[in-house]
Amino acid sequence: MIVENDGIADTLELRRESTLARGDVMGEICHHLAPFQVGEKPISGDTVIAKDLTIDSLAIMDMVMELEDRFDVSIPMNVVAEIHTVDQLADTILKLHARR
Amino acid sequence: MGLFDRHAGLLEAYRDVRTTGYDPFQIRMERVLSPTEAIINGRKTLLVGTNNYFGLTFDPSCMEAAIEAIRAEGTGTTGSRIANGSYNEHVALEQEIAEFYGKKHCMVFTTGYQANLGIISTLAGEGDQLLIDADSHASIYDACKMTQAEVVRFKHNDPSSLEARLRRLGDRPGNRVVVLEGIYSMLGDTAPLREFVDVCKKYNAYVLIDEAHSLGALGETGRGLCESTGVIDDCHFIVGTFSKTLGAIGGYCVSDDPDFDILRVTVRSYMFTASLPPSIVASVRQALKVVKAKPELRKQLWDNVATLYDGLAAQGFKLGPEHGPVVGVHLPDRMVAIGFWRAMLDAGIYVNVAVPPATPNGVSLLRCSVCAVHTPEQLQHMVEVMTGIGRQLGVIDDRTRRVVGGAR
Ligand SMILES: Cc1ncc(COP(=O)(O)O)c(C=O)c1O
Repeated sequence: MIVENDGIADTLELRRESTLARGDVMGEICHHLAPFQVGEKPISGDTVIAKDLTIDSLAIMDMVMELEDRFDVSIPMNVVAEIHTVDQLADTILKLHARR
Repeated sequence: MGLFDRHAGLLEAYRDVRTTGYDPFQIRMERVLSPTEAIINGRKTLLVGTNNYFGLTFDPSCMEAAIEAIRAEGTGTTGSRIANGSYNEHVALEQEIAEFYGKKHCMVFTTGYQANLGIISTLAGEGDQLLIDADSHASIYDACKMTQAEVVRFKHNDPSSLEARLRRLGDRPGNRVVVLEGIYSMLGDTAPLREFVDVCKKYNAYVLIDEAHSLGALGETGRGLCESTGVIDDCHFIVGTFSKTLGAIGGYCVSDDPDFDILRVTVRSYMFTASLPPSIVASVRQALKVVKAKPELRKQLWDNVATLYDGLAAQGFKLGPEHGPVVGVHLPDRMVAIGFWRAMLDAGIYVNVAVPPATPNGVSLLRCSVCAVHTPEQLQHMVEVMTGIGRQLGVIDDRTRRVVGGAR
């Protein structure tokens, strides 16, 4: 896309700055989940949080609270209940963040 | 998958617990002797885990009131307030509780659990936002499963965490309802209520506070944390229970909202269960009179709390953050907690054991609840017993006694 108008280019630039990088979100989630990793199997986007790891439901909710504050979004409990994989969690955070 | 397979993890944990010989979840009081003593496993046992904060279960005036009510009106109401009608005494009890708080309206429920379940899930409906403390009681969490509202948790006792969540809602439509507890039931800590109320005012949110463990214990006249922090008028809904300080069973919610009574025909846990029997209503009405007439019970309770809390702190036990009628003793893990609990029972002292997932942050606790009518000697004896067991189990230092108490 060719952007001729400088004003628009500035806006795009600004928006890009406030956009959250998926890698950052994934990194933060993996950081929180690392203590619950089982064996050598690395945590990836496909990891089913409540099943593939040793984390219990209360600890999941506490992790969500940390992520909420890290990325300044709120994830309602009914939304958390629908999240199964690391990818889904990251997508939810990105979506809520973009909607702010 | 079998019906019970999903509980495999819990079954295993439960089996662990029972290997100690006693099952803490199936303790049998063979005979209850008084608010502070019962026969358990054939021996006289000191009770320090009953939530019986004022010891009113055996108050002669409350017992007489209950007996008279049974003679006059029978053993049960056999139906709900809505379908089968109220007794005069239900209405009188509601008026008396409303008056006690200086609020216009009161609804009485058959348990405190049902009060929270029904009120919270109904107050906040579709399009509204419910904000709850992370360490909320199960009845509050269960209400959250039933509500159509959006539910968000904030960090325990952290007004700035609540504020962040209210701020994020921005100008989105919907009522905000914030749920707090006066004294938290596991560690006995109180909410920073004034700070919470300030945040709620700033964001125009309703405040609901559950004073289950603080009724009687806090406030100049025993109304709870809302009274001791001077914010009764800012608490839109106050919930409580008759099952602790008032020594019976039942729950209530008071409010000044002019439309409050509509909840009588919308809250399902009020509509579709039998109302409190006459004997309970009578003993609760009398218990409330005793709470008002005998402020010395509150002083005795806090004196006893100091004896137990400071005594344990001086021995190096890690306790909940502040003095309170609930004294939570931190232990390193589930098995030590169960072992400690069992050793105490063998020594003739009953407390509660609380282990994950029923506890916040995965902590394992002995949960003690103090009674106004415990004698100082009973509690000093308890400190000695716990010190001995604590040393044997390596939970506290074997030799050196700490010099300074841990009361903060
Ligand atoms: C904070 C809190 N709320 C509500 C309840 C429920 O009270 P009830 O025993 O009347 O159902 C309890 C008691 O376990 C509690 O600790």
